[in-house]
Amino acid sequence: MLVNEAWLKEFINYSLPTNELTEKLTMAGLEVDSISPAAADFSGVVIGEVISVEAHPNADKLRLCKVTVGETDPLDIVCGAANVRTGLKIPVATVGAVLPGDFKIKASKLRGEPSNGMLCSEQELGLAESADGLMELMSDAPIGVDIRDYLKLDDTIIEVDLTPNRADCLSVEGIAREIACFADEPFKSICDPSIEETSQTKQSVSVEAPEDCPRYLGRVIEGLNATAATPVWMQEKLRRCGQRSLGPLVDVTNYVLLELGQPLHAFDLNKIDGELVVRHANNKEKLTLLNDQDVQLGDDILVIADQKQALAMAGIMGGASSSVGDATTDIFLECAFFSQLAIAGKSRRYGLHTDASHRFERGVDPQLPYRALNRATELLVSIAGGKAGPLTDVSSDASIPKQNAITLRLSQVQRLLGINLEADVVESYLVKLGMNIDKISAQKWQVTAPSYRFDMAIEADLIEEIARLYGYDKLPESSLNVPAKLELVEECVQPLDRIKDVLVDLGYREAITYSFTDEKILAELTPNEDDYRLKNPISSELSVMRTTLWAGLLKAVESNLKHNEETVKFFETGLKFTLENGALKQNQMLSIVATGSALPEQWGEQSRKMDFYDIKHAVEAILELNGVLNNFTFKPAKHSALHPGQAAELVNEKDEHVGYIGLLHPVLEKSLDINQAVYMVELKQAMLQLKAIPNFEQITKYPSARRDIALVMDKNLHVNEIIDYINSQKGLINNVVVFDVYEGKGVETGRKSVALGLILQDKSKTLVESEVELYITTILENINNKFNAQLRE
Amino acid sequence: MENSLDNVVQQASDALAKADSLADVEKIRVEYLGKKGVFTCQMKTLASLPAEEKPKAGAVIHQAKQAFEASLNNRKSTLESEQLNQRLREETIDVTLPGRGDSIGSVHPVTRTMRRIETIFSRIGFDVATGPEVEDDFHNFEALNIPAHHPARAMHDTFYFDEHTLLRTHTSPVQIRVMENQEPPIKVIAPGRVYRCDSDITHTPMFHQVEGFVVDKNVNFADLKGVLSEFLKAFFEKDVNVRFRPSYFPFTEPSAEVDIECVMCNGDGCRVCSHTGWLEVLGCGMIHPEVFRHINIDSDEYSGFAFGMGVERLTMLRYKINDLRLFFENDLKFLRQFN
Repeated sequence: MLVNEAWLKEFINYSLPTNELTEKLTMAGLEVDSISPAAADFSGVVIGEVISVEAHPNADKLRLCKVTVGETDPLDIVCGAANVRTGLKIPVATVGAVLPGDFKIKASKLRGEPSNGMLCSEQELGLAESADGLMELMSDAPIGVDIRDYLKLDDTIIEVDLTPNRADCLSVEGIAREIACFADEPFKSICDPSIEETSQTKQSVSVEAPEDCPRYLGRVIEGLNATAATPVWMQEKLRRCGQRSLGPLVDVTNYVLLELGQPLHAFDLNKIDGELVVRHANNKEKLTLLNDQDVQLGDDILVIADQKQALAMAGIMGGASSSVGDATTDIFLECAFFSQLAIAGKSRRYGLHTDASHRFERGVDPQLPYRALNRATELLVSIAGGKAGPLTDVSSDASIPKQNAITLRLSQVQRLLGINLEADVVESYLVKLGMNIDKISAQKWQVTAPSYRFDMAIEADLIEEIARLYGYDKLPESSLNVPAKLELVEECVQPLDRIKDVLVDLGYREAITYSFTDEKILAELTPNEDDYRLKNPISSELSVMRTTLWAGLLKAVESNLKHNEETVKFFETGLKFTLENGALKQNQMLSIVATGSALPEQWGEQSRKMDFYDIKHAVEAILELNGVLNNFTFKPAKHSALHPGQAAELVNEKDEHVGYIGLLHPVLEKSLDINQAVYMVELKQAMLQLKAIPNFEQITKYPSARRDIALVMDKNLHVNEIIDYINSQKGLINNVVVFDVYEGKGVETGRKSVALGLILQDKSKTLVESEVELYITTILENINNKFNAQLRE
Repeated sequence: MENSLDNVVQQASDALAKADSLADVEKIRVEYLGKKGVFTCQMKTLASLPAEEKPKAGAVIHQAKQAFEASLNNRKSTLESEQLNQRLREETIDVTLPGRGDSIGSVHPVTRTMRRIETIFSRIGFDVATGPEVEDDFHNFEALNIPAHHPARAMHDTFYFDEHTLLRTHTSPVQIRVMENQEPPIKVIAPGRVYRCDSDITHTPMFHQVEGFVVDKNVNFADLKGVLSEFLKAFFEKDVNVRFRPSYFPFTEPSAEVDIECVMCNGDGCRVCSHTGWLEVLGCGMIHPEVFRHINIDSDEYSGFAFGMGVERLTMLRYKINDLRLFFENDLKFLRQFN
């Protein structure tokens, strides 16, 4: 909402400097967004009158003008504007004037003729973006007066960002009324002018939807001059509120809307066919709006219709067929109160947002239409002439919102705000706010808000008002009273932050990618998952909820590789969205992607591309952190996004699926334009957060023994099977480590050699050599029988 | 005999002086002190002496042996020390070469900020709660006193799946979910992703909020002001000026917006604070009785306050990041700055 101080001062003659005023507005909840001057800097421009106009001897388009600016002799000024004419009052930049942009006016000659000044357009004075010709001032403009004084240009425009509850401040009057609450100056409202009825023409109106339109006022005005000039003072006020002048009929309705906050609409009377009806649209009823947009109306849309067709979307926008124009002479001026619910949400549905809909959907004072209609009539008749007809008033008292009395308890003020206010201080605030108070007891009131404060509904609303007037900044601060109770901390749950830190310590960086993504990438990564699709996405690339975190992470990998990064290691935690039997599941996942070198480039270490086992280590590190590494198993598995020979699923001790790990399928690697091996992990976060609680075992004092063996076995045999087998043997096995895997020279084709270190331990005594020998021999025999794996020669 | 012993000691001394390795020293030791060594033989000669001469002759031999041992040890330690020095010289490395191993990663700056917020609030007993991101209309709007067609809905550009299902536009629905399941007293913060159908230089369609709320008997606006002022000072590690302005949220009454003195210009006015000297960082207020009514909490018995903050905004202010869009581009050049 744009307001200017000059206009505000018509309502309240405050003496606060601008910066203090805007500070107070902001601190009262009417946040000031910007402060700007009403006009650019210029000087030396006075009101002049064109006395004569003659042709320029040397130029067709230029004219020689004599212009009086008061006491001095008339000035000779060469002018090229088409609208220059004798008797016209215009702004004159005299010699020595400085126009916006530091443009200095000097005495000069134009095509040989002297020119001592310049006649100005609005554009040249910085009052408009463009102009057709000279700025035409009213005939009563006083000659010789500085234009800045005449137009009160030394004014400030204040932009206020209003919260939706303060619709009462969507007018100059409303903001002035608010200022009156904290500036100790009397507020004077625009009084309700009495209108002399000079015509008897009346438009009949019936309201079929009184709940949506509790009050419909209107008046016929005949014999208007739609091309009369809107006075400069009105144009200037409109301009400072961001409105362009569009002729007196539109200007006056806009003016009253800005001044009082009441939307009005003028119909061309001669384009109305019979009685006006306020009704709901017939289903799929069509209407061409003022902005030439064709709309098809739903049956919940309120319209103003005549006997033939819908003429306007009530409270939103008028229709083209009944609109006023330069040829209009007779109008029906509508001034109605539409209910908030009837208008709210409707304009958005049609992509519209108008000054009228903005106000009606937030609420307008239901008592305002009478005064506003009279104010508009008065202004219109004074500017465009015409005869005003009698008032049409279709009001349905039952549907007009009433202000209910709200009980206010001083104890509640204290309870919610934490201050002890005196009852008379509270009362004084309520009076300033225009509230009607009925004192029930020393500390209790029945409060009725004025009709324009329709946002007051409950006690808490009044308490906020009291807090506002007292000043939020003056309200006390206290430290929260916290009972010192120690809560249960579940040790068996590993905090997610700790897991993230493990990955960070392993060189991974956390990424955060959008939860919605491109359906194409999902179709490639998880072709078997159903899409969960947004109805109104920002773009098709962000239209489907991710069924895997890999979607965003792989894009992040791709873009970083494009930026010449060689190694990218990311992890992300967040929800994935899948449909199971039609029902949405939102599961928290932990995903990892990695590509490039196993280690950062460094001296003294052979550089090596990372592989499956590098990323597997990250998963194992988390499991080890939780003390559950041995409870989990990696099993060869298939996943449509993964290389079939380098993919595994992680399962827990109950054989429950935890997630997948593997190499991005080469086909996808290519289609995603990544072109290097990417290893990926996606796991259910909750299952990774289960932590074992240690159970102490007696530490043995006897030494352990180690035997290293190299076994030759089938290339495709999973080493894990042998290790599991060894671990499952009762007795001395304490741990098994794999310290080498070899294929090639010295090992038969199709076979591999796996070197294992077996750590043996007897907790009750020191092992003797013969015992170890016997034990190992037995195990080797069993392995040979079971896995066809022999000790390497 | 004394003379001959002096000679022996002298010879040994000369030999030791010539020995330039510990092995040579050892050889000399064996030559003199070994089973067939010079001194051992000398001791054996004592047996043939008359008893009265034995003590004196023994003492002479002993003295000579001690003199030998002293010079032996002396030579040995000199050589050992030389050997150690040589080893140390040989083992000297270029300590300026970089260390080896893997590099360290980082958490996302959003996580970094959330952790700080959680740490600060957990010190005064706030628990952390989370909720679903695909929400229903009831929890995201209705229960928060934002009925259909409420103008506040226009401020939440909402992503919809169907008429009743949407991506949460704020973390406030967690308030409702916690209160549905927990009796007061409640002190909770709820961090998480939120979504608005808006994308330009200052808006991303997804961002993060931390919601916080307290419900108990006798919680008031002064507590709210106190907690948030303390929080902001703790977060910025600075005695920053804080101001509370009246504002409007459908789910709080009274409502306030909280500004801090601009951390970029210390309140002098700059581009970041639109030359006002103040930065809006939080929205808050006393929980609206209508919200309590939706979850059957008696607003005459209990009161509460709630607040919400934008994580990206706080992160930008804290680390002087000037472009919101960087948060979700996951450019390593950006992320690496948050180690």
